[in-house]
Order: sequence, then structure tokens, then C-alpha cells
Amino acid sequence: MLSKRIIPCLDVRNKKVTKGVRFQGNIDLGDPIEMAVAYSDGGCDELVFYDITASAERRPIDIEMVREVGRVIHIPFAVGGGIETLDDMYRVLLAGAEKVSVNSLAVKNPPIIAEGARQFGSQCIVLGMDPVRCDDPRFPSGYEVTIRGFRERTGIDALEWAKRAEDLGVGEIVVNSVDADGTRDGFELSLTRMISTSVRIPVVASGGAGTPKHLIDVFNEGAADAAIIASMIHTGEYTIGQIKDELVRAGVPIRRKW
Amino acid sequence: MIAIIDYEAGNLTSVRLGLEYIGVECEITNDPVKIASAERVIFPGVGAAGAAMEGIRQTGLLEPIREVVASGTPFLGICLGTQIIFEFSEEDGGTPCIGLIPGSAKRFTPSDPMCKIPQMGWNTVEIRRPHPLFEEIEDSSEFYFVHSYYPAPSDPAYIIGETEYADVRFASAVGKNNLFATQFHPERSGRIGLKLLENFSRWNGKC
Repeated sequence: MLSKRIIPCLDVRNKKVTKGVRFQGNIDLGDPIEMAVAYSDGGCDELVFYDITASAERRPIDIEMVREVGRVIHIPFAVGGGIETLDDMYRVLLAGAEKVSVNSLAVKNPPIIAEGARQFGSQCIVLGMDPVRCDDPRFPSGYEVTIRGFRERTGIDALEWAKRAEDLGVGEIVVNSVDADGTRDGFELSLTRMISTSVRIPVVASGGAGTPKHLIDVFNEGAADAAIIASMIHTGEYTIGQIKDELVRAGVPIRRKW
Repeated sequence: MIAIIDYEAGNLTSVRLGLEYIGVECEITNDPVKIASAERVIFPGVGAAGAAMEGIRQTGLLEPIREVVASGTPFLGICLGTQIIFEFSEEDGGTPCIGLIPGSAKRFTPSDPMCKIPQMGWNTVEIRRPHPLFEEIEDSSEFYFVHSYYPAPSDPAYIIGETEYADVRFASAVGKNNLFATQFHPERSGRIGLKLLENFSRWNGKC
């Protein structure tokens, strides 16, 4: 049986992993390469790196970091932040990443996503989306897509965007709840479920993981194929092994040996 | 020296990085001479069967691939590389392939509309018969998969490992003499996947 994936997220700023709440008040946590090796050895199923200031600083992604990660870990990893062109995608994949994650770029320039999927394969194009709860009839799903780390609203309905992205050829969608991000109060289950049951491609839940119970819920009730975790392991409160033990006890299919 | 065949079907970096990590010399190449003289050959690939077969024809690699396999050189197919060593793929409206193993690549057609396509992630491989490439790898170990089509050899004798997804139990590892091929990505499957690559780097092509 296909296992549910646990994916630590490393937000990188100035070559350090950092973590904030709702994209604000970030503190430094450690070296991204060392943390990648530790999590890979600890049993995570995949990793995702966001170069969180590349976009704001209008500079390309830190490709040397991507290369170094590729040399030391041998599980899939995705890289996002500062991807602006097909050439950016190519350089990230050529450096050893399995997937590139695009967010603002996909909203601003949808054809480039379709072209990326065509050139490099759907499986390596991940759509990251940051929906925020929005009680407005313009958004039938109840969520509006935001970009640039919640700084900008798009006027696009979240569910409609997910379906559109699937049609454009993305291979996977990361649904990062702006409302839950960094709160450690649990994933937004109804949002995750709505999107995961409406598209045929895998959906990764993100934002809000605080306890193993939250992960059990997002796999069972949220119908997620994978889930992103950050603070709960970055702080050392849980190890990936502990989280996986709890998931196995709850009957969630999980990779147990690595 | 292991030759990693470059026929412009996707990213070969992870295969190279995996081999370098375990200290095995390799070269990404589309040079028929280098492929013919390599001690071992890896045939990777991601993307679609139609474009891949087109790439193989355009780079003039169809015959060199057939010849190096016929010569007994240990040969490892990965993912799309595995699908197109069969005779035919259902992808792209039906694509005639290289034909090194009888059978075809078929599309997943799950009855459950909630079943995601592609299969993306870690799944178990049940070893059906011992093979040097699975040496020191436990039965039912998990490997990383990304695919919408699966290998379907016409003779079960070619099945080395099996995996279940979307209502089918499919051949996730196949073998025929000096040819071994996996639907999963050993280069993305952590320590266990690297073990398989290491086994390949020592394999003499005999079973």
C-alpha cells in the first residue's frame, strides 16, 4: 500500500533555517544541510526547502545550497522561492532537486507552469498555494488565494485555482493554510479535504501541524496524501520516529524502515 | 565505469549523485562508443513514452541500447527507462518501444475515483524471487515511485518484485539475464535504494 508522506519544511533565509508564525517574526533554527541530513536519517519521506527571501530580494534561488542538499540526501526534495523562469526551474532540477515549487509565479504567469510540466514532466512541478478563509460570495469555496507570503490577495477562488492548476499539468498541490500557518493548532481539515477530493493529483497539507494527532486527522479526515511539518520537529519537541509510531498505532499507512 | 544513458528524457542528476555518494564512477553520456565499452549501463528517464522513444531515435541510440544488452553488459532500467524496454506502451495513444522484454506498459485505471494518479510516494516491493540486486535488502522494503503507467511483462517468469496500487499488483522489478529494471527510483529511495545501486555496481550480470 502507498504510504502517506511526512515532509519537513525548511524555510531558508541567509543560509539558515527559520520559522515564523503566519509568515511573521522569524527566528533562526540551524544549518539547512545538517538539518536535511538529520531529518532524512530520522525517517522523513521527502523534504521541501523554501528560499523565503529570494522573491522579496529579487534574486535567484541559492543554487549552491540545492547542489549541496542533493549531494548529501537521497530522498526526493522540492525547492521553492524565487522561481521566475523556465531556466530557474531547469537549474534547480539540474542541481539535484526532484521537484520545483511555484506559487506567485503560477498566479502571475499560468502558461509557464504548463510549459514547465511539458518540458520537465508534471511530476516535478508542484503548485504551492496559500489560501485564506474569506466569507465573500465571490469565493464559492470560502477561500481566496493569496501570494507573496499572504501580502497580496489575488481575487481567485482556491478550489477553482486547484482545478485549473491540475489542468495546467502540475503534478502535485501543496495547500498551505494561511490561517493555520505556524499556529500548531492543527491543519485546516475541511480545506484540505475539499481540495484533495476535487483533484486527481496528490495533495499535500501544510500549516498548523503541532502534534501527531494533527497528522492522523489530516490523513484520515483531511484526505491528504502527504503532510508538511515544521515547528513540531524543529523545536525538538517530537522526532519523526515518534510521529510515525503514533501514525502506525492509528493505522495510517506509513514508511517504517529506512 | 557506469554509463548513464542521456536521451533527453528528464533529469539524470539524482542518479549521478546517488552513484557518486557510494563512490562509484559514472558518466552521463549519449555516445554509443562509451555506452558499448562501459562496464555497466543505467537507463533512466522520466516523462512520457512517446517523447522518450522519439529522443532515442533522434540521438541514434536504439541500436546501441539493443547491442549493449545483447552483449551481456549489466543493464539497469529505471522508471520510464523500464517501461520502454518492453515492446509497447499504452502512453501517448500507443507507443511501440524497444522490445527487450516481452510485454507492455499499461495505464492505471482504478475503480475508485479518489485513487490518485500518478502514484507518488513510497510503496512496498515484495520480492518474488531472489536476485543479486536485492541482496541484503529485506523483503517488503519501501521504495519511491512516481508513475501513471506500470510494467506488465507477458511472462511472469520476468517478475522479480511486485507492488500493489490502484487495484493492480504490478511488476515493480523485472529481470531477464543481464537486464534488471525497476519502476521505482532507487536513487531516490534513501539508504535502501543506494544499497540496490551498490549491488548493481558489483553485479556481473548473472542471476
